[in-house]
Order: sequence, then C-alpha cells, then structure tokens
Amino acid sequence: METDLVTNSRVGVLRRVRAATGRASDGVAARVGWDGIAREYRRRGTLEREGVLALLEDRLRDYDARVFRVVGEDVGQSVAERLVERGVRRMVVPVGLPAAWMSASAAVEYVVDEGLSSEELDGVDGVMTGATLAIAETGTFVLQGVAGQGRRAATLVPDYHLCVVRAEDVVETVPEAMGRLQGTAGLATTFVSGPSATADIEMTRIKGVHGPQFLDVLLIV
Amino acid sequence: MSGAGLDPKTAPTFPMAAKAMMGDVQLRKNVRHATDVIQEKRARVVSEMPDWQELREAGKQIRRHTMEHLDFYLEEFEANCTRAGGVVHWARDAEEARRIVIGLVKASGSDEVIKIKSMTTEEIQLNSALEAAGIHPYETDLAELIIQLGADRPSHIVVPALHKNREQIREIFQREMNLPELGGRPEDLADAARMFLREKFLRVKTAVSGANFLIAETGGVCVVESEGNGRMCLTLPETLITIAGIDKVLPRFQDLEVMLQLLPRSATGERMNPYNSIWTGVDGASAGDGLRDGARDGLRDGPRVFHVVLMDNARTEILADDEGRQTLNCIRCGACQNVCPVYRQTGGHAYGSVYAGPIGAILTPQLQEMHHAQSLPYASSLCGACYEVCPVKINIPEVLIHLRNKVVKQNTAGVAGLFDVEAGAMKAMALIFRSERRFRAAQRLGRIAERPLVRRDAQGEGWIGWLPGLLGGWTQARDLGEMPKETFRDWWERRGENGN
Repeated sequence: METDLVTNSRVGVLRRVRAATGRASDGVAARVGWDGIAREYRRRGTLEREGVLALLEDRLRDYDARVFRVVGEDVGQSVAERLVERGVRRMVVPVGLPAAWMSASAAVEYVVDEGLSSEELDGVDGVMTGATLAIAETGTFVLQGVAGQGRRAATLVPDYHLCVVRAEDVVETVPEAMGRLQGTAGLATTFVSGPSATADIEMTRIKGVHGPQFLDVLLIV
Repeated sequence: MSGAGLDPKTAPTFPMAAKAMMGDVQLRKNVRHATDVIQEKRARVVSEMPDWQELREAGKQIRRHTMEHLDFYLEEFEANCTRAGGVVHWARDAEEARRIVIGLVKASGSDEVIKIKSMTTEEIQLNSALEAAGIHPYETDLAELIIQLGADRPSHIVVPALHKNREQIREIFQREMNLPELGGRPEDLADAARMFLREKFLRVKTAVSGANFLIAETGGVCVVESEGNGRMCLTLPETLITIAGIDKVLPRFQDLEVMLQLLPRSATGERMNPYNSIWTGVDGASAGDGLRDGARDGLRDGPRVFHVVLMDNARTEILADDEGRQTLNCIRCGACQNVCPVYRQTGGHAYGSVYAGPIGAILTPQLQEMHHAQSLPYASSLCGACYEVCPVKINIPEVLIHLRNKVVKQNTAGVAGLFDVEAGAMKAMALIFRSERRFRAAQRLGRIAERPLVRRDAQGEGWIGWLPGLLGGWTQARDLGEMPKETFRDWWERRGENGN
C-alpha cells in the first residue's frame, strides 16, 4: 500500500513534467543540448605562477585568514610557531597526514582521528589538514574525504584550523578547480573560504559562528 | 507577529499589508540599511569579474536546458543517488512532502531535528507540521534562529531576519535563551547562538536540510552556507533528510563552475561563501570493498541514513507555462529583492509569502495558482532593476506582465466579467483618451470634482486621502496627488509660438 503510494507519486510527478515539456526526454538529446550550452566565460586563468599565489594570499587575508609561505623542509617549524601563537595544546590530525608536518614539540599533543566522537572533537583546540586544491580568485581551499584531509567533522568542530596547501595545487579560477575535481566528484567535498562567518546581524561580518573561528593557511612553495 | 507561517491563502492582499508595513519606521530603516550594504558589496565583487555577462548567459542556458530535459535529469539523479546509498522519495505537493518527512523523522527514532535554513521547508510550512506531529525542529542558521525564537516570519530569501536590528535581536535572545546579562554587540549575539546550538548539534541525531543544487551526473547534493551550521547538520547526525524542489537539478558536476561563481557574488556579495558542502549518498556505501567497510565502521563521515525528497508542489504547472517557465531558473540568491524599490519600502512580510520581492511576486502566484496572490504581480514598478541583477537572467518584468494578463483574464472570465467594474472603467477611459475634446472635458470636470476632497500638507501640497464609492479602491492604500492647476497642454498653448 505504502509502496503503491510512493510509486504513484514518482509516476505522477514524471508524467506531469513530461506533459509540461511536451515529450519524454532521452539521454542523447540531453547530451547534445548540454554540449550546446554557450560557455564563453573564462575557463582558465591568465596570471603567472607568482601572481596566482599572491592572489590567493590576498583573498584569504581579505577573509580574515592568516597566510604563511614556507619551503618544504620548514613546514614542521612553521606549524610549531603557529600553534604557539594560537596557544594550541591538543591538535587533531587525520589519518595519513605527512609526519614531517607535525612538529616535534613537547607542548603540543597530536591526536590522530581514528573515529573520534563529536564530543571528543569538541574537546580539542584545533585541527591540521592538507587540501586537495586551492582557488586563488575566491580565496578557497577544497577538502575531500581522503588521507591527510580526513572526515568533515574534524575540520568543523574544533575552533582552529591549520590548513597546509601545496603551491602546485593552487589554481586561479573556479572552472580550473572543478576540472581537477571531476575525477573524484563522488567524494564528500567541502569548499572552505575563510573562517566560519555570519552577516545576519545588521550585515556586520562576524567571524566564527559554528565552525572554526580561526584559520591559518601554510602555503608550501 | 503571529508566529504562523506566511501563507498566501490567508495573508492580506499586498496593498493592504504594504500600507501597514509603511508605518513601521524601524523596519523600513533596517531593511534599507541591510539592502544598501549587500548591494554595495555585490556591485564591488561583480565588477571584479570581466566575464560576468558570459557567466550569466551560461547560467541562463544551463537552467533553461535543465528545464527542457527535467524528466531525464531527475531520473538520472535518482539512479545515481540511490546507487550511492541515498533513498529518493517523490512528493506531488506540500502535504505529501510533509507526510514523507514526518514519517522519516519518526522512523529515525528522534522527536527533535536540527534544521538548515531552507526556503523549501518554509514554503511547505514544515516546522508547524513537525510540531503538530510531536517533533521539535531547531533552526540552526542564525537568522532563522532569530525568527524562530522571536515567533517571527522570514522577510528575505538569503537574510531572513534583515528586518531586525541588533537591539531587537538582543531582546529576543535575552528572553528566549534566559540570558539577562547578554551584551548588544553582534559578536555577543553570535556567541550566544553558538553556545545555544552547540549542545543541539552534538545531541540531536536527525537533521533536515534543503538543497541549493542536485547534481544528476553524480547523484550529489550541494549546500551553500556561511556559518558552519549547515556542515554541522550535514555531518554530525545519523539521519539526514534533504528536501528539494524538482527545479534544483543541475545536469553535471561541471555546471557548478558557473553556479558557484554566480550564486555567492549575487546573494551575499562574496567571492565565495565560507562553506560549500557537496556529498553523495552515504559514506562508503558505493565502495563495497572490505577496506571501505572497515573504514565505515571506524571512521564515520556523515550520516548513515540519507533521504532526498523531490517535491513538485506546482512547479510542473509553472513548467507548462511557456512564458512563466523561466521563473524555475531561480537559484534563490535574493539579489532582486535588494535592488527592488518596492521591496525596500515595504520589507518582505507584505508579500504574504516566504518568497518576497520581485521573485516572490512572480513565484508565489504561480505556486498558488494565482487565486490567493492576485495582487502580487502588481507589487512592482516594472523598473527592470531585478532583471539587470538576476544572475541567471530571469526577465522578471516580462513575467510580471504575463501574470497581470492572467489576473485580468481570470477576473473577466465568465458572466461575472460582464459586470466587472474595473473592465468597465477601463473601457470608459479608452473612450476619453481617444478624443481630445473628451479628454479636456474630463480634466476640467476632475478639477471641479476633487475640490471638496483635497487636504493641504505643511508644504501647501494638495493630497487626496479618500475617494468616494468605487474610486475608493485607489486611495485605500495610497494618497492621490491634487490635479495641477494648469494642464501641460494649457501651459504649452499659453507659451505661444516663440516659446516665451
């Protein structure tokens, strides 16, 4: 009985859609139509490498994130400095985060997220991850459910996020980013642009509502 | 405010509601400030984009193409979402959608839900239906929380509480969160919301969301937000129920490259909003291998149960109307509201619907089959500003005129139409305008007839606030200016041949 109802609704809605468009669409026609969509907007950036990185830094800072450039072997050192500045004691890291990024410091305890509960995540000071890519034009980095980036909850519940981005993973425009993400489009994917924020009160931008309030980005050049 | 949802079936007509709102000086000030700020931000980030017009054109074509093949893309979305472990439901109308959601919440074993701001759930008045079924919904978007705790109603698609200022919000929070010492800075208010909701995020096991986009190619769903409350609802609970209009489909993942550029810049004047979440089904379900199964048990990332409710609720009727169809292209950015001179004066509540402003003036009458919202197509000056800012180029003025035609046809149809006073008056007007002699006579007559009705204000300007009989309809919601002492024609003739 319940199944009948469900089936009827599905059939009913699709029948009404087809009556409204005057036909049943098929995959071939849809593909041809989609290919015909005019895409005369910018599909790739125009800046030199340095220009792209500078743009990313500018856009991230505009959104209240701090950005630091580091060379590969200095990541651990830079991480240690950031954690001292932020007063972070317990740091969550995802499975698969490069060990070299975790500074050996007696003052910081790294907790590997092997399935922490939400309450446990709520009890740590911060989280450190890598990123799949970053978009310079919008000041965005993209996280996916893979090694080194981990679960979505881990980058959400703690109040501080330190994200390490490799320069070669920085693209200039959104279309370039979507092109790179196409192959892994089925993964849980989060675009992060600055710390959590709201403008619901008199359009005043306030940092840190429910997500991380503080965001640092290390750019490995 | 009553706290009841905005329902076009019971709301007063726009002119009546607007007249009342015009008297609320604080509300008008709040709306003016908020819309000024967003407009300025939007203009700045849009001007950064050399290809904005090309993006708008692509956005329009993607949306139009989707509507042409909507049945195909809905079925494709259903198949891919199901394959990834989601469960897809179909709802013909609001009643059915509410029943499905309530059933799913009960099946999840929870008597409370956390909610992401969603216009679709507002449209079907889901919250009151949940309450009636013994389920308590917690709104988690700051603005929606203000609305819910204040027993208020949303007045803007993107910033639902923009009609409230910080002092009004503080009073609501002090009272409802029992925080008598709460400070009045925006930071204090956001902190209070954070504290209030954190416990709910960690405790409540079922969430309800809307969707910005459904991606047919992958079966994925995209939600765009700023505060992180959306991510909390999408990732922490065990059950997630997403409800979306059938118009929310995008053909391919790549199409997000257009929408994610158009939407944030148009909606909040940001290059990108702080968080976009894209998820597909439930974690690990599509992998099927032993490793991922193990990972699923140990490292849960997101809900284990995921439902999508695809809702029609009169969208297919809009689809069937060739001229009205472009209304379905809307991506709910609210840019048209911010620029609309009518909305900026009246605020959102006057529209009697959750969809206010220009888009509401065309969407609501079509969702409601016109009967309950006949005055809305007239709630516009047809200035075209809404069309100019629309990121997917919906020609709102064109649809407004189309709907006005429908209203007139509806009212003059059948026997009743033969005695329609407005239609009769229009015929008489046409007769007058066709003859110069009759037109001049009417002007003279008007100046004589208005004399006893004119009242002068402090500046000596003459205004008519009340007209007798059938003409009274005009002055019910507006004042009428006094007719000029001298007509343009008289003035022109008096200037003589040489223009002196």
